[in-house]
Amino acid sequence: MATIKLACDVARQVEAICDKHGNDQGELINILHEAQHLQGYLPEEMQRLIAHKLNIPVSKVYGVVSFYTFFTMTPKGKHPVSVCMGTACYVRGGEKLLEEFKRVLGIDVGETTPDGKFSLDCLRCVGACGLAPVVMIGEKVYGRLQPVDVKKIIEELEA
Amino acid sequence: MEKEKNINVQIDRHHLTVPEGTSILEAARTIGIEIPTLCHIDLKGTCIKNTPASCRICVVEIEGRRNLAPACSTKCTEGMVIHTSTLRVMNARKIVTELILSDHPNECLTCPKSGDCELQKLALRFNIREMPFNGGEWSLRKREATASIVRNMDKCIFCRRCESVCNDVQTVGALGAIRRGFNTTIAPAFDRMMVESECTYCGQCVAVCPVGALTERDHTNRLLEDLSNPDKVVIAQTAPAVRAALGEEFGLPAGTLVTGKMVYALRELGFDYVFDTDFAADLTIMEEGAEILDRLTRFLDGDKSVRLPILTSCCPAWVNFFEHQFPDMLDIPSTARSPQQMFGSIAKTYWAEKMGIPREKLVVVSIMPCLAKKYECSRDEFKVDGNPDVDYSLSTRELGRLIKRMNLGSGEMPESEFDMPLGASTGAGVIFGTTGGVMEAALRSVYEIYTGKTLEKVEFEAVRGLDGVRRASIDLNGFELKVGIAHGLGNARHLLEDIREGRNEYHVIEIMACPGGCIGGGGQPHHHGNSEVLYARAAALYEEDRKKPLRKSHENPFVKTLYEEYLGKPLSEKAHHLLHTHYFNKSID
Repeated sequence: MATIKLACDVARQVEAICDKHGNDQGELINILHEAQHLQGYLPEEMQRLIAHKLNIPVSKVYGVVSFYTFFTMTPKGKHPVSVCMGTACYVRGGEKLLEEFKRVLGIDVGETTPDGKFSLDCLRCVGACGLAPVVMIGEKVYGRLQPVDVKKIIEELEA
Repeated sequence: MEKEKNINVQIDRHHLTVPEGTSILEAARTIGIEIPTLCHIDLKGTCIKNTPASCRICVVEIEGRRNLAPACSTKCTEGMVIHTSTLRVMNARKIVTELILSDHPNECLTCPKSGDCELQKLALRFNIREMPFNGGEWSLRKREATASIVRNMDKCIFCRRCESVCNDVQTVGALGAIRRGFNTTIAPAFDRMMVESECTYCGQCVAVCPVGALTERDHTNRLLEDLSNPDKVVIAQTAPAVRAALGEEFGLPAGTLVTGKMVYALRELGFDYVFDTDFAADLTIMEEGAEILDRLTRFLDGDKSVRLPILTSCCPAWVNFFEHQFPDMLDIPSTARSPQQMFGSIAKTYWAEKMGIPREKLVVVSIMPCLAKKYECSRDEFKVDGNPDVDYSLSTRELGRLIKRMNLGSGEMPESEFDMPLGASTGAGVIFGTTGGVMEAALRSVYEIYTGKTLEKVEFEAVRGLDGVRRASIDLNGFELKVGIAHGLGNARHLLEDIREGRNEYHVIEIMACPGGCIGGGGQPHHHGNSEVLYARAAALYEEDRKKPLRKSHENPFVKTLYEEYLGKPLSEKAHHLLHTHYFNKSID
C-alpha cells in the first residue's frame, strides 16, 4: 500500500482506534465515530486507512460515511456553530438566527469559512428548550439569542 | 454428518418434500413454478450471488402469516402452505413494480438493454399499462462512458447485484452504494468516476445488471463506418468464447457452436478478411510456454533469482487487477501479451507487410466476449505512433445486434471458413475461452517440448470444471510440475496473497477474471442467473477442440511459418518487441 497523506500522529491514532476495536468490520461505525473526533471530520485519507486496516473496500467505508449525516468530510471550523432547528427553537426564531449567521459568516449550512475559524450546521434539539432559540458553538450553549446578538458573539470569538 | 432433514410443504395445489433449508423460490422451481425475481441472482456452481431480498417482487402468501413474505429469502418450514399467485400477491407485485418504475426513466425505446431488460420483462408480465405513481421527479445521477463500460445511474434500480459482484466475488471494491434516500447512487468511493477507481473493466457488473444502468461501450456504428470506407482494409479476429455464445442472441440453445455461421456473417457484414484470435492463442502458448520452460529450467538449475510461480497474462481485467492491487508483484506474471494484442501486433506488421497494406489503412477489429478488451486496445503501450494494434473491440452482444441490423441471422445461414494464414488454429487455441483452457493448452505444449515425448492423451480433466480454484500436476521427466487455476478475481486474490506471504505450492497459475473464464465474460449474451448456460458454452469449446485435427499449439503450421519467416524463435528479440509487454503500478492511494 502506498503512502497515506495523513499526519503521522493522526494516522497512528486512527490505527490505534482500529486496533482497539480488533480491526473488526462490524465495528466500522464506532471506529468512524471515534476517528471523526480526532479532527472533527473524516478526510479521504483517513477513510482509506480505516478501509485498509479493516480489510474492506474503501467504497464500503465511504458508503457508511455518506449515509449518516453525523459523519462529515468537511473540516469543521475552530468554532463549530450549530443552530438548533428543533420545534421549540424553530417557533421562537431559530431560522432567523440561522439566516443571520449565514449573512455574517458569509457561508451556507455545512460550510466552513475560508480562514477555518467558523463552520455552520443545524442540529435538532439539545434538550434546552427552555432557553429557545438555542445555538451551540463548540461545547458552549447560547440561549435566548436574537439575530442582533450574532455579530457580537462572532466578534468576541474572533478576538 | 447429520442426516439431511426433509420438509413437507404445499405450494399452490402441489404437495412436495424438499430438503431443510430450501427457500420457497427454489422449492417452487422444482415443480415448475417460476416465481418472478429482480434483485435476486444465484449463479449455481460459481460464486456469483446476490440475495438482499430488497426488491420485494418475489412476495408470496403464507397461510397463518399476516404479511406477504419474500420467496427468495424465506425458508420452507414443515407444513407450510404457500400461495404464489393469489390476487393479493399479484397486486402487491404489480404495485412494487409500479413504484420501481416511478423513479425509472421511461426510455425503453432508446435503451440499449431494451428487449433483454429484466424490469421491462416484469412490467410486461404484470400487465402494467399505465404509470400510476408519477409524483416525484427522477433523481438525476451520474453518467459516465469509460473505454469499456457505460454507466447511466438514472436507470439503476438498486438491486445491488453489481455491488455484490464487484466487492464479494471480484474483491475489486470499485462500486458501492453511497448517500441515502433519493440521493442514493452506486458509485466508486467518494463519488469518483470509474476511470479514477480501481475498476478492472471485467464487466461482471454489466453481466448481472438487470436493467440498462450498466452496459457496454458500443462500437457498432464506428464499425459500420469503417466497413463502408473504401480506403480501409477492415479485418476481424474472433475470440474462442464468442462462437459458443453468439447463437443465444438468435434464440439458439446455449452451447450451440456457430463458428461457420459467424464467419459467414462477418464476411456478409463486409470484413475484407475474417481471422481467428485462436491463431494468436496458439502463438501465446509458444511465447508463454517458452517463458515457463525458461523460468523452470533456470529454477531447476539452482538459479535463486527466478520468480515462481509464473502467472498467465491473457486476461486484461486480471492484468488491471494486479496492476491496481498487487503492484509489488508485477514481475511474477508472464510478460506475454494477450492473444488479442498478439494478433493485432502480427496483423499490423508481418501480415500487413506481406500484403503490402500500409498501417494507417488497416483496421483491426476484435470480436470478444469481454469488456476489458475494449480498454486493453486503448492502452498506450499497444500503439505505434498513436495507431493502435487493435483499433477497437466489439462484444458478442454487439456483433449479435449488428448481424440483425444487417438483415442477417434469421433462418438458415450458410457456413464459411476463416481466412488463412491468421485464421489457422489448433484445439488448444479454442479452449482458451474457458477457465482452465489456457493451462491445458500450455501443458500440452510444455510437456511435449520439455520431454520430447508425445502426449498419449491430450485432455487434462483435472484442470476442467467450474470449481473456483483447481490444481493438478504433471510429470516432466521426473519433475512434478504443479499447476493451479483460478477464475473470479476473489479467488485470484487468495492465491496472490498466499504467494506474497510465501505460501505457494504452484509453479504455474492460470487466472481468468470472469467466473467460468471468457465464456462468462462481461460481453457475452446475458445469462440471467442461469449457470447451465456457462456449462453448455464450456462443453461447446471442448467439443470444437475434440473435432480439430491438430490440438497442440506448437503444431499449428502457420505459427511455425510465422517463426521461420519473421520472428525467429519464441522469446527472440523480435518476439519480445512484438509479443510481450510490461506492467505498471496503478495503485490508487
